[in-house]
Amino acid sequence: MRTLLWLVGKSLRQHALSSTVTVLVCAIASGLVLSVFSLEKQAREAFTGDVGFDAVLGARGSELQLVLNAIFHLDTSPGNIPWSMYREIASRPGVELAVPYALGDNYAGFRIAGTTKELFEKYAFGNGRERKLELEPGNTLFDETRAEAVIGATVARATGMVRGSKFQPIHGVASNGNAHDITYVVTGVLQPTGTPMDRVIFVPIEGIFRMDGHVLRGSGSDYVPSPTEEIPDEAKEVSAVLLRFSNAQRAFFLKEEVNRQGDRATLAWPIRTVMQEIFDKLGWMVRVLQGVAWLVVVSGSLSILAALWNTMNERRREFAILRALGARRGTVFSAIVCEATAIAVVGCLVGYVIYGVVGFAVAAVLREQVGVHLEVFSWQPVFGWILPGALVLGALAGLLPAARAYSTEVAKNLLPVS
Amino acid sequence: MSLLEIRGLVKSHESPEGGRHEVLRVDEFALEEGEHVALLGRSGSGKTTLLNVVAGLTLPDEGRVAVAGTDVAELGEAARDRFRARHVGYVFQIFNLLQGYTALENVELGMAFGPGIDRGWAKELLVKLGLRDRLHHRPSQLSVGQQQRVAVARALANRPKLVLADEPTGNLDPEHAGGALELMLELCSTVGATLLLVSHDPAVLAKFERRVDLADVNHARARTVGA
Repeated sequence: MRTLLWLVGKSLRQHALSSTVTVLVCAIASGLVLSVFSLEKQAREAFTGDVGFDAVLGARGSELQLVLNAIFHLDTSPGNIPWSMYREIASRPGVELAVPYALGDNYAGFRIAGTTKELFEKYAFGNGRERKLELEPGNTLFDETRAEAVIGATVARATGMVRGSKFQPIHGVASNGNAHDITYVVTGVLQPTGTPMDRVIFVPIEGIFRMDGHVLRGSGSDYVPSPTEEIPDEAKEVSAVLLRFSNAQRAFFLKEEVNRQGDRATLAWPIRTVMQEIFDKLGWMVRVLQGVAWLVVVSGSLSILAALWNTMNERRREFAILRALGARRGTVFSAIVCEATAIAVVGCLVGYVIYGVVGFAVAAVLREQVGVHLEVFSWQPVFGWILPGALVLGALAGLLPAARAYSTEVAKNLLPVS
Repeated sequence: MSLLEIRGLVKSHESPEGGRHEVLRVDEFALEEGEHVALLGRSGSGKTTLLNVVAGLTLPDEGRVAVAGTDVAELGEAARDRFRARHVGYVFQIFNLLQGYTALENVELGMAFGPGIDRGWAKELLVKLGLRDRLHHRPSQLSVGQQQRVAVARALANRPKLVLADEPTGNLDPEHAGGALELMLELCSTVGATLLLVSHDPAVLAKFERRVDLADVNHARARTVGA
């Protein structure tokens, strides 16, 4: 075995350029397979994992749009629902938590959510919903009667805002809109959560109602709040209500009631299933990517075969010498198969590095753009089977060249070349 | 006791016309243990074929080729390889060193398929052959004479019972050829190896007490059978 490894190592070094190129091809193939299989699963888990809420209530329309807008802060709001509907749903039995969101403004591209303190007091997330939103030490929640804000960790890092910083909200979800004529003061920065909450600026919902240029249509007609008078509940409206249920049965019946019998609102429940839809719809694309990855793997295997096959002519004398020195046919055959396997295995190991680089890049983009956290190195089955797979494919790719080496005629190939 | 004993050996090759061309027909030929014998003959007379048959690199059509009492023609291929690795050293006319390996590694390779690598002995051989400063040079970095000495060291690496040398000085100038031959003879004596050396260089042949003209023992007629 030692001799075999010696022969393989020597040959790889002797054909360093073609070995390196073939290793790189295999590395790209392995990296691609790892990326496609693992990142798709990671993304699926990240987007369909528990977000701390069970459902989103919003204007009549697509459940997916509701969830994307209210939970992941992507897409636009399908419209608003009256404040009364929020109050009514919040009082239903089985509704453990109802948090209103008034969306539609941003600062520096980060969405502003008008909400209540209930979010910070009762919302819990993470595995088993044991984590709560925590402020950085020395920071405080906003006063619901003032123009104050609490910002997510990503917002703070990207904008450089800290407690005491001031900003003017921009109307709409695009950062190039018109600025509202009001200045907010940051009272608190949230500790990182690894969720889309990191990318949100939270302000008192009353502030959104009263922001210049906002017209409330909760009662069906336009209402522009006056700074001096209290806003009647019937005029108020919210973009979405984030709900947590104490039992699924209640949620089921509520969904039936809102979606089937009503015509004003949509209840997106359960959020996990709604998000699953995206991946089901994009399933064909994932399968195409997986197909491409497999094609690259086949190319990698063929490149091993071609690289070795092309050296077989020039190496016939080498094999004949080895045989003359007492190497058995099986030894020569095994050396070539091992060489092919070594190329594939080293390529696969480099592929893990490529996956790491790609994975971290994708994770960074997703974290920055959506606030979703990918666990790039959390265990995926592909991590386990790709190395043995590369080993088998490498060995298979080496069979033909090895057979050629095996059949080398010794005496004939030891003669001087005339 | 004979170390090499050949009886009734017939060896033929496939001819381009489709029949078989008889190259060797040796009724009897033997080398005693420790003997150094020169084999001469005209080009194409079957000298290299005879060495290949003795080394077990190619099989005879008929006959017995016994090395140290073992009929190599009776052994299976794997057993022949194993036997060659342990008991036969071969110096080729063009040395056949592996280009990707250093001088030391080439010698070690000569041991790798036999009893195992003995780096100390490999170094000692190369030092004895005057290559102390060339241990880690590749063949392309060595002169022809130095390559020839590496080839000799490799052939002797396993302390074989039989060393076959096919015109080992053919590529050397007369001055170097003489020196190389002296070293080979000395080392064969040191390890107790029997030497069968093919040459048609009179200066080389003159160094051997026993010289055998292949034409005297090979009765093959230049004929093609079965075409």
